[in-house]
Amino acid sequence: MEHLISLFVRSIFVDNMIFAFFLGMCSYLAVSKTVKTALGLGVAVTFVLLITVPVDYLLQQYVLGPNCLVEGVDLSFLSFILFIAVIAAIVQLVEMIVERFSPSLYAALGIFLPLIAVNCAIMGASLFMQQRVTMPDTNSQAILSIWDSIAYALGSGIGWLLAITCLAAIREKMAYTDVPRPLQGLGITFITVGLMAMAFMCFSGLNL
Amino acid sequence: MALLSKANQEALVGPLNLNNPVVVQVLGICSALAVTAQLEPAIVMGLSVTIITAFSNLIISLIRNSIPNRIRIIVQLVVVAALVTIVSQVLKAFAYDVSVQLSVYVGLIITNCILMGRLEAFAMMNKPWPSFLDGIGNGIGYAIILIIVGFVRELLGAGTLLGFQIIPDWCYEHGYVNNGMMTMPAMSLIIVGCVIWAHRAYNKELQ
Repeated sequence: MEHLISLFVRSIFVDNMIFAFFLGMCSYLAVSKTVKTALGLGVAVTFVLLITVPVDYLLQQYVLGPNCLVEGVDLSFLSFILFIAVIAAIVQLVEMIVERFSPSLYAALGIFLPLIAVNCAIMGASLFMQQRVTMPDTNSQAILSIWDSIAYALGSGIGWLLAITCLAAIREKMAYTDVPRPLQGLGITFITVGLMAMAFMCFSGLNL
Repeated sequence: MALLSKANQEALVGPLNLNNPVVVQVLGICSALAVTAQLEPAIVMGLSVTIITAFSNLIISLIRNSIPNRIRIIVQLVVVAALVTIVSQVLKAFAYDVSVQLSVYVGLIITNCILMGRLEAFAMMNKPWPSFLDGIGNGIGYAIILIIVGFVRELLGAGTLLGFQIIPDWCYEHGYVNNGMMTMPAMSLIIVGCVIWAHRAYNKELQ
């Protein structure tokens, strides 16, 4: 239980997808103009992460790992293709389910939902999970069971949601400031994210 | 059709400056930021992305007329994933240290927006040879930014370039200290911000 909570909290603040690993940066910069859309995308990313990471964990443990399907065969070199196929399929599935049962949410998410398939945060979480599976169980970052992978996925998603909402809030205010012309738009956004990342660095000693 | 006609030259050279994938089109930022703490992984990453963009553009352009429109994203992802798997295995075999440093970011080339962006915007509509040139141009445009950021971060953060010491010992004896902040992830964002600033100040039409 302690391990679960520690994993969850660390993946929100210390191993934050945006500020520590820069994953999902493209949509992070493109969709953070208003808080409302940022929140929608953040929720969608969290939701997809919550499904794909546990599924990829099961695949890693029972199909790809050493000696899983056939004795003496390690299929982990196939993980890129398999993971991206799982992500694309699940995003498609989620899109159809949301369209069928909640048209209002579907309309709110709009184009973001299909774009999540190529969001690096989703693929990155699965690849980090694959690295962490092989860690020794004394390591606080290790993922040892399906519950750990769920806690990690939820934490990463919430961390991403937190980061994009904060940036959107700052950018809404920044629209009224007088920024030098060449720095306007993209340039100042990068520097803002850099300063936010520096602020998040103070969590780096956090350990439960 | 000449091999390097005017349109083809534009496809090759445009992305190096005015149509740069990182600082103008804002594609492929994730890996550009994450692998640039030192110069060597930045160069390897730039090279890998160039090769993968060029060949995925070429392959998709060759089969573009037989891809059903509804499933084109999946077809593109599979082609890219296969190429990335090959590059990752080659790196593991011949440059193991760098592949450990790059860790998951090699795999993340699959979801690098430069690839999907160029496949959707260029390779689906153009002949193989211009697509190949466009891939090389965009890959090199990406690599240039990576190398600039990696150069600044390694020089100021560790006083070395490609592992060789650049800042002489007497500087350290007189109290010069490496800026440890440069090796932190946060500074790469700020450096890219400054590169964009300089680039837009120079190219007024982009403002």
